[in-house]
Amino acid sequence: MEKIIAGKNITVNEEGYLTDFNQWDEKVGEAIAAEANVPLSPRHWEILKYLQDEHKNQVALSIRRIGKSGVTDIKEFYQLFPVAPLKTATKIAGIPKPASCI
Amino acid sequence: MKNIVILGAGTAGTMMANHLHHQLKHPEWQITIIDEREEHHYQPGYLFLPFDIYSPEDIVKTIEEFIPKDVKLIKQQINRIVPTENKIQLADGSELPYDILIIATGAKIAPEETEGMKGSEWQKSVFDFYTFEGSLALRNKLREWDGGKLVVHITEMPIKCPVAPLEFAFLADSFFKHKHMRDKVEITYVTPLSGAFTKPKATEALEHLLHEKGIHIEPDFAIERVDNEKKEIVDYGGKVIPFDLLVTVPTNKGDELMERSGMGDDLNYVPTHKATLQSINYQNVFVLGDASNIPASKAGSVAHFEAEILTENILRYVHGEPLKEEFDGHANCFIETGNGKALLIDFNYTHEPVEGSFPFAGIGPLRLLKESRMNHMGKLAFRWIYWNVLLKGTHIPFVSATMSEKGKHYA
Repeated sequence: MEKIIAGKNITVNEEGYLTDFNQWDEKVGEAIAAEANVPLSPRHWEILKYLQDEHKNQVALSIRRIGKSGVTDIKEFYQLFPVAPLKTATKIAGIPKPASCI
Repeated sequence: MKNIVILGAGTAGTMMANHLHHQLKHPEWQITIIDEREEHHYQPGYLFLPFDIYSPEDIVKTIEEFIPKDVKLIKQQINRIVPTENKIQLADGSELPYDILIIATGAKIAPEETEGMKGSEWQKSVFDFYTFEGSLALRNKLREWDGGKLVVHITEMPIKCPVAPLEFAFLADSFFKHKHMRDKVEITYVTPLSGAFTKPKATEALEHLLHEKGIHIEPDFAIERVDNEKKEIVDYGGKVIPFDLLVTVPTNKGDELMERSGMGDDLNYVPTHKATLQSINYQNVFVLGDASNIPASKAGSVAHFEAEILTENILRYVHGEPLKEEFDGHANCFIETGNGKALLIDFNYTHEPVEGSFPFAGIGPLRLLKESRMNHMGKLAFRWIYWNVLLKGTHIPFVSATMSEKGKHYA
């Protein structure tokens, strides 16, 4: 479905995740963050960039992996993105919601 | 003579031994299976043991009785796999070369991954039901427990049988009702997921059931530690949930052998091609069951479907033919919902569980994603099928290794 984010027409899935990363830019990220009540600091951006890089390298993201990333620890990750951090951060970063294997 | 070596004589390894010994025979081939344990456990039974529905003798048999006579069984710990030299080092120092290696070493709980989980309250008020010992200790606790806050908890995904904790919560509701003490027990279901399950339609159905049974759900809870003194679990965001009885599913990990051999990922699962079941790093190594990192359920039904497909792929490999990318992530799981009823779900990598009929389209007799007594009978009958049909590698009539879309109500 189409959604107007930061004045642009963006394609998202029913949970609000971007389906095409090419449509993402920092303005879009900021708008999604504002909607999730997460004001973005430079530290947030470092972690968002890390998530985007990991996604580009096809690494499956998990809370555990972020804890061992060296970029941040789980405690700080929760301080920066207090509610469901991985789901919120990936949505802001414009990458898919991490699949929990079942 | 060429060697096929299977590591692990659990559900997956035993099924592979039974499939392959019909195909690859003496004197050209020797099949060897290695497992240090004496007993084969029917793991789905761990769910029923705490509620005195099954007794220990229902779920424990010897490993030997399911291994064909022409397959060599070695009962020893494995020290290391040396995949670059195609050999296994055993604990006694001896070595075993292989032409083809099948890894079926499974997954197990690692409570030590969470601070305080295996603390002073372990098996006093903090229990697991993913091991025989844990399940039995929990049975003894439940026989005497006089009520309070019961917290059913998942530490992190992936776990074996991802529906088992839900089933535990449903069966607990039913158990306390029968003991006329449901009003004394508050049940909370705590999960790192955003809802009861990972797939939308099943989540909807399961959350409806939780609600109907008065079970409270706490989603998005990523546990940091268990506080043994205050008897509460604390998550990284600072959320606190008190308990009188905590039934947790600890972090699940693959076998430490993978770490020792440098063959696992950060949870000791072996990187595996999700459609051929060949390992990513070594052409003559294949992986099935819970030991692999493929994005399918860690469940006996998955291992069963994988075993049928992997047997054919191993024969293709032996004959120098290209492997077939056939495995679709097919899983088929009964979900006990208490009071003598159960749900059934059937799904794969791309198709989430939906309503419908199974295995015959439009007829059933089993209903998908709907509670019924027939489904419950199916779950109970499954123990017999497991011991007598499944482990022997016999094909289950009308249930194909790849998922059928017939009789299912996709939107």
